[in-house]
Amino acid sequence: MWAERTRTTIRSLGEILITLGVVLFLFCAYQLFYTNVVADEAMKSEVSDLHKQWAEPPAARSAAPAADPFDTADSQGHSGTAFAILHIPRLGDKSIPVLQGTTLDLLGRGVGHYKDSALPGQIGNFAVAGHRKTHGEPFRYLDEMRAGDLIVVETAQTWYTYREDRDPFIVEPTDLGVVAPVPNEPGEKPSQKLITLTTCNPWWASTQRMIVIGTLIAERPRAQGEPPALTVNAPKFQ
Amino acid sequence: MYAFLWRHLPGPVYVKVLVALIVAAVIVVLLFGWIFPWVEPLMPFSGNTVSQ
Repeated sequence: MWAERTRTTIRSLGEILITLGVVLFLFCAYQLFYTNVVADEAMKSEVSDLHKQWAEPPAARSAAPAADPFDTADSQGHSGTAFAILHIPRLGDKSIPVLQGTTLDLLGRGVGHYKDSALPGQIGNFAVAGHRKTHGEPFRYLDEMRAGDLIVVETAQTWYTYREDRDPFIVEPTDLGVVAPVPNEPGEKPSQKLITLTTCNPWWASTQRMIVIGTLIAERPRAQGEPPALTVNAPKFQ
Repeated sequence: MYAFLWRHLPGPVYVKVLVALIVAAVIVVLLFGWIFPWVEPLMPFSGNTVSQ
Protein backbone atom coordinates (compact mmCIF):
# COMPACT_ATOMS: atom_id res chain seq x y z
CA MET A 1 0.00 0.00 0.00
CA TRP A 2 2.75 2.43 1.03
CA ALA A 3 4.87 1.52 -1.98
CA GLU A 4 1.84 1.88 -4.24
CA ARG A 5 1.12 5.37 -2.91
CA THR A 6 4.74 6.47 -3.32
CA ARG A 7 4.71 5.24 -6.90
CA THR A 8 1.52 7.21 -7.63
CA THR A 9 2.98 10.36 -6.09
CA ILE A 10 6.22 10.11 -8.09
CA ARG A 11 4.33 9.36 -11.29
CA SER A 12 2.07 12.37 -10.77
CA LEU A 13 5.08 14.59 -10.11
CA GLY A 14 6.65 13.40 -13.36
CA GLU A 15 3.42 14.04 -15.25
CA ILE A 16 3.19 17.56 -13.85
CA LEU A 17 6.78 18.30 -14.89
CA ILE A 18 6.13 16.96 -18.39
CA THR A 19 3.00 19.12 -18.58
CA LEU A 20 5.00 22.20 -17.54
CA GLY A 21 7.54 21.38 -20.24
CA VAL A 22 4.79 21.20 -22.85
CA VAL A 23 3.39 24.55 -21.66
CA LEU A 24 6.84 26.16 -21.93
CA PHE A 25 7.20 24.72 -25.42
CA LEU A 26 3.82 26.21 -26.34
CA PHE A 27 4.95 29.57 -24.94
CA CYS A 28 7.98 29.48 -27.25
CA ALA A 29 5.70 28.65 -30.18
CA TYR A 30 3.48 31.56 -29.16
CA GLN A 31 6.41 34.01 -29.02
CA LEU A 32 8.23 32.80 -32.12
CA PHE A 33 5.36 32.22 -34.53
CA TYR A 34 1.93 33.15 -33.24
CA THR A 35 2.72 36.77 -32.26
CA ASN A 36 4.20 37.36 -35.72
CA VAL A 37 1.16 35.95 -37.49
CA VAL A 38 -1.19 38.10 -35.41
CA ALA A 39 0.96 41.24 -35.72
CA ASP A 40 1.45 40.89 -39.50
CA GLU A 41 -2.30 40.68 -39.95
CA ALA A 42 -2.87 43.67 -37.65
CA MET A 43 -0.23 45.77 -39.47
CA LYS A 44 -1.71 44.95 -42.86
CA SER A 45 -5.16 45.98 -41.71
CA GLU A 46 -3.83 49.22 -40.12
CA VAL A 47 -2.06 50.09 -43.39
CA SER A 48 -5.09 49.35 -45.56
CA ASP A 49 -7.33 51.34 -43.18
CA LEU A 50 -4.96 54.31 -43.47
CA HIS A 51 -4.90 54.09 -47.27
CA LYS A 52 -8.68 53.91 -47.32
CA GLN A 53 -8.96 56.88 -44.97
CA TRP A 54 -6.47 58.97 -46.99
CA ALA A 55 -8.20 58.13 -50.26
CA GLU A 56 -11.47 59.62 -49.03
CA PRO A 57 -12.25 63.11 -50.30
CA PRO A 58 -11.32 65.80 -47.72
CA ALA A 59 -15.01 66.65 -47.20
CA ALA A 60 -15.78 63.15 -45.99
CA ARG A 61 -12.77 63.29 -43.72
CA SER A 62 -13.83 66.50 -42.02
CA ALA A 63 -17.23 64.94 -41.40
CA ALA A 64 -15.44 62.42 -39.17
CA PRO A 65 -13.09 64.59 -37.10
CA ALA A 66 -12.23 61.68 -34.79
CA ALA A 67 -10.17 60.26 -37.64
CA ASP A 68 -7.45 62.86 -37.01
CA PRO A 69 -5.30 61.44 -34.22
CA PHE A 70 -4.00 64.87 -33.21
CA ASP A 71 -7.23 66.78 -33.14
CA THR A 72 -7.21 67.26 -29.39
CA ALA A 73 -6.59 70.27 -27.23
CA ASP A 74 -3.31 69.03 -25.80
CA SER A 75 -2.07 67.82 -29.22
CA GLN A 76 -1.07 64.53 -27.61
CA GLY A 77 -3.46 62.59 -29.81
CA HIS A 78 -5.58 59.56 -29.15
CA SER A 79 -3.43 56.71 -28.06
CA GLY A 80 -3.43 53.80 -30.46
CA THR A 81 -4.48 55.64 -33.61
CA ALA A 82 -2.38 54.97 -36.70
CA PHE A 83 -1.41 58.19 -38.50
CA ALA A 84 1.57 57.42 -40.74
CA ILE A 85 3.31 54.60 -42.61
CA LEU A 86 7.03 53.93 -42.34
CA HIS A 87 8.97 52.58 -45.34
CA ILE A 88 12.58 51.46 -44.96
CA PRO A 89 13.84 50.28 -48.36
CA ARG A 90 16.92 48.65 -46.79
CA LEU A 91 14.71 46.31 -44.76
CA GLY A 92 12.38 45.35 -47.61
CA ASP A 93 9.05 46.48 -49.03
CA LYS A 94 7.10 46.16 -45.81
CA SER A 95 4.76 49.04 -44.94
CA ILE A 96 4.88 49.62 -41.20
CA PRO A 97 2.01 51.58 -39.62
CA VAL A 98 2.99 54.21 -37.04
CA LEU A 99 0.64 54.39 -34.05
CA GLN A 100 0.37 57.11 -31.46
CA GLY A 101 1.94 55.90 -28.20
CA THR A 102 4.56 53.32 -27.29
CA THR A 103 2.81 50.90 -24.91
CA LEU A 104 3.43 47.20 -25.52
CA ASP A 105 -0.11 46.43 -26.66
CA LEU A 106 0.25 49.03 -29.43
CA LEU A 107 3.61 47.74 -30.62
CA GLY A 108 1.88 44.53 -31.71
CA ARG A 109 0.03 46.52 -34.42
CA GLY A 110 2.89 48.60 -35.79
CA VAL A 111 5.60 50.84 -34.47
CA GLY A 112 4.86 53.41 -31.77
CA HIS A 113 5.36 57.16 -31.87
CA TYR A 114 6.78 58.65 -28.65
CA LYS A 115 3.85 60.83 -27.67
CA ASP A 116 5.87 63.90 -26.74
CA SER A 117 8.13 63.83 -29.78
CA ALA A 118 7.59 65.83 -32.98
CA LEU A 119 5.33 64.76 -35.84
CA PRO A 120 6.84 63.70 -39.16
CA GLY A 121 8.30 66.66 -41.06
CA GLN A 122 8.10 68.99 -38.07
CA ILE A 123 11.09 70.72 -36.52
CA GLY A 124 12.25 68.48 -33.69
CA ASN A 125 12.68 64.75 -33.37
CA PHE A 126 10.12 62.31 -34.79
CA ALA A 127 10.83 59.34 -32.50
CA VAL A 128 9.45 55.84 -33.03
CA ALA A 129 9.84 52.52 -31.17
CA GLY A 130 9.39 49.05 -32.64
CA HIS A 131 9.88 45.39 -31.86
CA ARG A 132 13.21 43.77 -32.72
CA LYS A 133 11.86 40.26 -32.19
CA THR A 134 8.32 38.81 -31.96
CA HIS A 135 5.06 40.69 -32.72
CA GLY A 136 5.84 41.27 -36.39
CA GLU A 137 9.44 42.24 -35.60
CA PRO A 138 9.44 45.37 -37.85
CA PHE A 139 12.94 46.37 -36.72
CA ARG A 140 14.43 42.87 -36.73
CA TYR A 141 17.32 43.78 -39.02
CA LEU A 142 17.78 47.39 -37.90
CA ASP A 143 21.48 46.59 -37.29
CA GLU A 144 21.87 46.11 -41.07
CA MET A 145 21.09 49.76 -41.78
CA ARG A 146 23.96 52.03 -42.76
CA ALA A 147 24.64 55.75 -42.78
CA GLY A 148 23.07 57.24 -45.92
CA ASP A 149 20.13 54.80 -46.03
CA LEU A 150 16.79 56.44 -46.70
CA ILE A 151 13.73 56.24 -44.45
CA VAL A 152 10.38 57.34 -45.88
CA VAL A 153 7.40 58.41 -43.80
CA GLU A 154 4.05 58.53 -45.58
CA THR A 155 1.31 60.70 -44.09
CA ALA A 156 -2.14 61.85 -45.19
CA GLN A 157 -0.70 64.78 -47.20
CA THR A 158 3.01 64.24 -47.64
CA TRP A 159 5.92 61.87 -48.23
CA TYR A 160 8.85 62.73 -45.96
CA THR A 161 12.27 61.31 -46.84
CA TYR A 162 14.91 61.14 -44.12
CA ARG A 163 18.55 60.13 -44.58
CA GLU A 164 20.30 58.11 -41.90
CA ASP A 165 23.08 60.17 -40.31
CA ARG A 166 25.27 57.39 -38.91
CA ASP A 167 25.38 53.63 -38.50
CA PRO A 168 23.07 52.19 -35.82
CA PHE A 169 24.41 52.60 -32.30
CA ILE A 170 23.70 51.22 -28.84
CA VAL A 171 22.55 53.09 -25.76
CA GLU A 172 21.31 52.24 -22.28
CA PRO A 173 17.54 51.66 -21.92
CA THR A 174 17.34 54.72 -19.68
CA ASP A 175 19.02 57.06 -22.17
CA LEU A 176 16.06 59.38 -22.77
CA GLY A 177 18.38 61.85 -24.50
CA VAL A 178 18.08 60.04 -27.84
CA VAL A 179 14.41 60.96 -28.20
CA ALA A 180 14.83 64.58 -27.05
CA PRO A 181 13.99 67.30 -29.64
CA VAL A 182 17.74 67.94 -29.86
CA PRO A 183 19.27 64.49 -29.19
CA ASN A 184 21.33 64.37 -26.00
CA GLU A 185 20.53 67.98 -25.17
CA PRO A 186 17.15 67.84 -23.44
CA GLY A 187 15.55 71.25 -23.11
CA GLU A 188 17.43 72.76 -26.07
CA LYS A 189 15.30 74.44 -28.75
CA PRO A 190 15.37 72.30 -31.92
CA SER A 191 16.19 73.70 -35.34
CA GLN A 192 16.52 70.49 -37.35
CA LYS A 193 13.95 67.96 -38.55
CA LEU A 194 15.12 64.58 -37.27
CA ILE A 195 13.88 61.00 -37.09
CA THR A 196 14.87 58.49 -34.40
CA LEU A 197 14.10 54.76 -34.43
CA THR A 198 14.54 52.78 -31.20
CA THR A 199 14.38 49.03 -30.66
CA CYS A 200 15.77 46.48 -28.23
CA ASN A 201 19.21 44.95 -28.40
CA PRO A 202 20.42 42.22 -28.48
CA TRP A 203 17.83 39.87 -30.01
CA TRP A 204 15.75 38.15 -27.33
CA ALA A 205 16.93 40.48 -24.60
CA SER A 206 16.28 44.07 -23.72
CA THR A 207 19.38 45.00 -21.83
CA GLN A 208 20.22 47.73 -24.35
CA ARG A 209 18.56 49.85 -27.03
CA MET A 210 19.60 50.12 -30.67
CA ILE A 211 19.16 53.58 -32.21
CA VAL A 212 19.00 54.84 -35.79
CA ILE A 213 18.92 58.59 -36.40
CA GLY A 214 18.32 60.56 -39.59
CA THR A 215 17.64 64.04 -40.95
CA LEU A 216 14.85 65.18 -43.26
CA ILE A 217 16.18 65.69 -46.80
CA ALA A 218 13.02 65.91 -48.91
CA GLU A 219 9.27 66.49 -48.78
CA ARG A 220 6.84 65.64 -51.54
CA PRO A 221 3.08 66.12 -51.70
CA ARG A 222 1.21 62.86 -51.65
CA ALA A 223 -0.50 63.66 -54.94
CA GLN A 224 2.86 63.52 -56.77
CA GLY A 225 3.24 59.82 -56.04
CA GLU A 226 5.96 57.82 -54.34
CA PRO A 227 9.27 59.60 -53.70
CA PRO A 228 12.44 58.48 -55.53
CA ALA A 229 13.62 56.69 -52.39
CA LEU A 230 10.91 54.07 -52.93
CA THR A 231 11.03 53.84 -56.72
CA VAL A 232 14.78 53.54 -57.32
CA ASN A 233 16.39 50.22 -56.60
CA ALA A 234 17.80 50.94 -53.15
CA PRO A 235 20.40 48.64 -51.58
CA LYS A 236 18.51 45.91 -49.80
CA PHE A 237 19.25 43.56 -47.01
CA GLN A 238 18.17 39.87 -47.29
CA MET B 1 -2.64 12.43 -12.40
CA TYR B 2 -3.55 11.59 -15.98
CA ALA B 3 -4.57 8.05 -14.95
CA PHE B 4 -6.90 9.62 -12.36
CA LEU B 5 -8.40 11.99 -14.95
CA TRP B 6 -8.80 9.15 -17.44
CA ARG B 7 -10.70 7.07 -14.89
CA HIS B 8 -13.08 9.95 -14.25
CA LEU B 9 -13.87 10.70 -17.89
CA PRO B 10 -17.35 9.39 -18.72
CA GLY B 11 -18.42 6.88 -21.34
CA PRO B 12 -16.67 4.37 -23.59
CA VAL B 13 -13.09 4.82 -24.78
CA TYR B 14 -13.89 6.81 -27.93
CA VAL B 15 -15.95 9.32 -25.91
CA LYS B 16 -13.11 9.60 -23.39
CA VAL B 17 -10.62 10.31 -26.20
CA LEU B 18 -12.96 12.89 -27.72
CA VAL B 19 -13.55 14.67 -24.40
CA ALA B 20 -9.82 14.64 -23.60
CA LEU B 21 -8.96 16.16 -27.00
CA ILE B 22 -11.61 18.87 -26.62
CA VAL B 23 -10.37 19.75 -23.13
CA ALA B 24 -6.77 19.91 -24.38
CA ALA B 25 -7.82 22.18 -27.27
CA VAL B 26 -9.70 24.50 -24.91
CA ILE B 27 -6.62 24.72 -22.68
CA VAL B 28 -4.39 25.62 -25.66
CA VAL B 29 -6.86 28.32 -26.76
CA LEU B 30 -6.90 29.73 -23.22
CA LEU B 31 -3.09 29.75 -23.13
CA PHE B 32 -2.66 31.49 -26.50
CA GLY B 33 -5.56 33.87 -26.14
CA TRP B 34 -5.27 35.01 -22.53
CA ILE B 35 -2.58 33.48 -20.37
CA PHE B 36 0.47 33.97 -22.64
CA PRO B 37 -0.45 37.58 -23.53
CA TRP B 38 -0.80 38.23 -19.81
CA VAL B 39 2.53 36.61 -18.91
CA GLU B 40 4.47 38.17 -21.77
CA PRO B 41 4.92 41.75 -20.44
CA LEU B 42 6.23 40.25 -17.18
CA MET B 43 9.12 38.66 -19.10
CA PRO B 44 12.34 40.63 -19.36
CA PHE B 45 12.68 40.57 -23.15
CA SER B 46 10.19 42.93 -24.69
CA GLY B 47 11.46 46.46 -23.99
CA ASN B 48 11.84 48.59 -27.11
CA THR B 49 11.51 52.10 -25.79
CA VAL B 50 13.85 54.34 -23.91
CA SER B 51 12.33 55.34 -20.60
CA GLN B 52 13.23 56.04 -17.03
